[in-house]
Amino acid sequence: MTKYILIGVVIALMVFAVASGRLGAASFGTWIGALLTLSIFSFLYKDNPLYKLAEHIFIGISAGYFVALEYWNVFVPNLWNPLLASFRTVSPSGLMLIVPFVLGLLLFTRFLPKAAWLSRWSMAAMIGSYAGLAIIGALQGDLLAQIRANMMPLISPGSPGGLKSAAGASALFFATLEVLRNPLIVIGLLVTLVYFFFSREHKGSLGAASRVGVWFLMISFGASFGYTVMSRVSLLIGRLHFLLSDWLGIIH
Amino acid sequence: MRTEIPVAMAFIAGMLMVVSLFVPHPFIAEPAAVMRGWAIIITAFAYVLGVANIARISLHTVRNRTTDWQYKAALVVALVAMAGVGIAGGINSGGLFDWAYLNMYVPMQATMFSLLAFFIASAAYRAFRARSVEATLLLVVAAVVMLGRVPVGEKLWPGLPAFTEWIMEVPNMAAKRGIMIGAALGAISTGLKMILGIERSYLGSD
Amino acid sequence: MEERGTERRSLLTRLSLIDRRILFLIIFACAAIPLLIGASLKMSVTAPVKGLYDAIDALEAGSCVWLAADYDPGSKPELSPMNYALVEHLFRKNIKVISASLWAPGPPLAQTVFDEMAPVHGKHYGVDYVNLGFKEGREAVMVSVAEDLRRTFPEDYAGTPLDSIPMLKGISSLKDIDMIICVSAGYPGIKEWIQQIATRYDTVIGGGVTAVSGPEMYPYIQSGQLVGLLSGMKGAAEYEQLVGRPGLGTAGMVAQSSVHVMVVIFIIFANIVYFLEKRRARR
Repeated sequence: MTKYILIGVVIALMVFAVASGRLGAASFGTWIGALLTLSIFSFLYKDNPLYKLAEHIFIGISAGYFVALEYWNVFVPNLWNPLLASFRTVSPSGLMLIVPFVLGLLLFTRFLPKAAWLSRWSMAAMIGSYAGLAIIGALQGDLLAQIRANMMPLISPGSPGGLKSAAGASALFFATLEVLRNPLIVIGLLVTLVYFFFSREHKGSLGAASRVGVWFLMISFGASFGYTVMSRVSLLIGRLHFLLSDWLGIIH
Repeated sequence: MRTEIPVAMAFIAGMLMVVSLFVPHPFIAEPAAVMRGWAIIITAFAYVLGVANIARISLHTVRNRTTDWQYKAALVVALVAMAGVGIAGGINSGGLFDWAYLNMYVPMQATMFSLLAFFIASAAYRAFRARSVEATLLLVVAAVVMLGRVPVGEKLWPGLPAFTEWIMEVPNMAAKRGIMIGAALGAISTGLKMILGIERSYLGSD
Repeated sequence: MEERGTERRSLLTRLSLIDRRILFLIIFACAAIPLLIGASLKMSVTAPVKGLYDAIDALEAGSCVWLAADYDPGSKPELSPMNYALVEHLFRKNIKVISASLWAPGPPLAQTVFDEMAPVHGKHYGVDYVNLGFKEGREAVMVSVAEDLRRTFPEDYAGTPLDSIPMLKGISSLKDIDMIICVSAGYPGIKEWIQQIATRYDTVIGGGVTAVSGPEMYPYIQSGQLVGLLSGMKGAAEYEQLVGRPGLGTAGMVAQSSVHVMVVIFIIFANIVYFLEKRRARR
């Protein structure tokens, strides 16, 4: 029954778009995009060969896309051209590019069981670099800056005044929230960190603090869920806008 | 040799990155810059390796005519066509590569992700239950944020957007900061273990 | 009496195990009908969005901004409207824009925005904006660009050497840039730009993220590492309102509202059914 309703809606929209003279304007490319879109949406009814075909074509196209981008945006400007230029001018710093070239090629020894150990050299150079960068990033951006930012007065200077001058229930409510802002941030961070401290059993005062930490975490997970719904819905709206505007021309 | 050299390479690469933060002198800065340039190139090769692996597995399925081999054949054809067109014809606007990107890649990827809207709504109905105080708290906050983050929430209560913003800036921010600090400590310790050769799982097995 | 109880019990069970395709249809209708009607709603602007707007507005004409288009088509409905609104603001203020991407699908998406916006504002490639394209390497690229732009990006997206591009004369690294704006869908993205660049090079950073990443950015806003943030399609809609250029963000807000209300109704209804079932099972 649902299948027939869906097919009926799509046909009705297309008849409307053709009758109003707007469907012809959609380019061939838009038609291809729309048909691929509908093929993937068909998964919502149930898994079917059309969806599987579109899915596999998508994987192939995205993999091929990545190869072409890596070629033109990395291999050619950052490796090939400078290496060729350094052969002409015999520049030592340019000739050093042979090292990453060879290391990159060594990665493909993973396909040869007897020689696969050579790929470890390339992996090590890559992993070591990114591990070093991750340490710097985590230290500067997440650890020290965040600890520093959390050191704040428990009562922010303007908030008690705001509470005194608040007129009306709504203003009083928000003024109270402002007074609670700093203490909740400071306490919230501490109890959240206590929750993740597993070296001692969570009982007594540690257990109570951990429980409060769970409440803060639940609030943050609820907020994250709300934002996740917002994000996914936006993606659907974007696709529907494409179908209704670019393809069928029903909306502008 | 098979382990010692990679571990030494990881140590040198990692220490160059870390020390370059503290020592801006060209003696350290220049080798660090070279190392970063090499990491960019090697990472690009790693991506191509991943694609080659996809092609290898798919071709294996096609050769042996196992389940769904026809779809794998379509995958390989699409991969080779896209890569070939891009490398041979260029990637700039107006070409066949750009056309395939705009009319095939963009719609398909956008639609794949838009399916999630349906699944999350279905999950909200079928699985989201207030079984405990904590779950109820999560559920209530999720509802408040969902309504407060859309214009219709303002029509329900003009103060809802401001209250939602307070939830994001205070309890949510405090908890996220706690998670962030914990994750940062974990990232620093894992990074140090890799650089110092204590953690060697990235080398794979012998 | 017992028969009616059995009927109601099976109704409750049927409601709790409803075919998900019916739920899909309801969601589809909630999203599609407002788009077909073409309704719109005004909204208030939140502080993080205003923060980004004010930071860009404070830049002088002739300033140079690094616009990182770190996203792919999967996030296009949320992030492209942001990109359009940001470029509208930047072009209107005669701020030069250097666009680059750490995500392979990013450059054509950025180019689409420039192709549409540049003629409207009389902007010319190489003089007012440039698209450097994509570079693999994530954090390594960020730090590399901060130290030496030409070593990282020898050419732009079209293959033109950077030395031939007029607006890049005098720009040797991120230290010569007035602000970094990152529109990002995940990793690598705005978080990594903050971690690697904000503190180390004392750079002003702002940007936009998909709504999924929005909540975890608030610590960076509070610490001052982010001057402002757009979260999801709502953030894009707010910025479109500020710059006076309604786009997909604004158009999608009624549809977004109706689906959100429906999801909240789903949650409340499903929990009512759940508690009724529990009470019946206890009896």
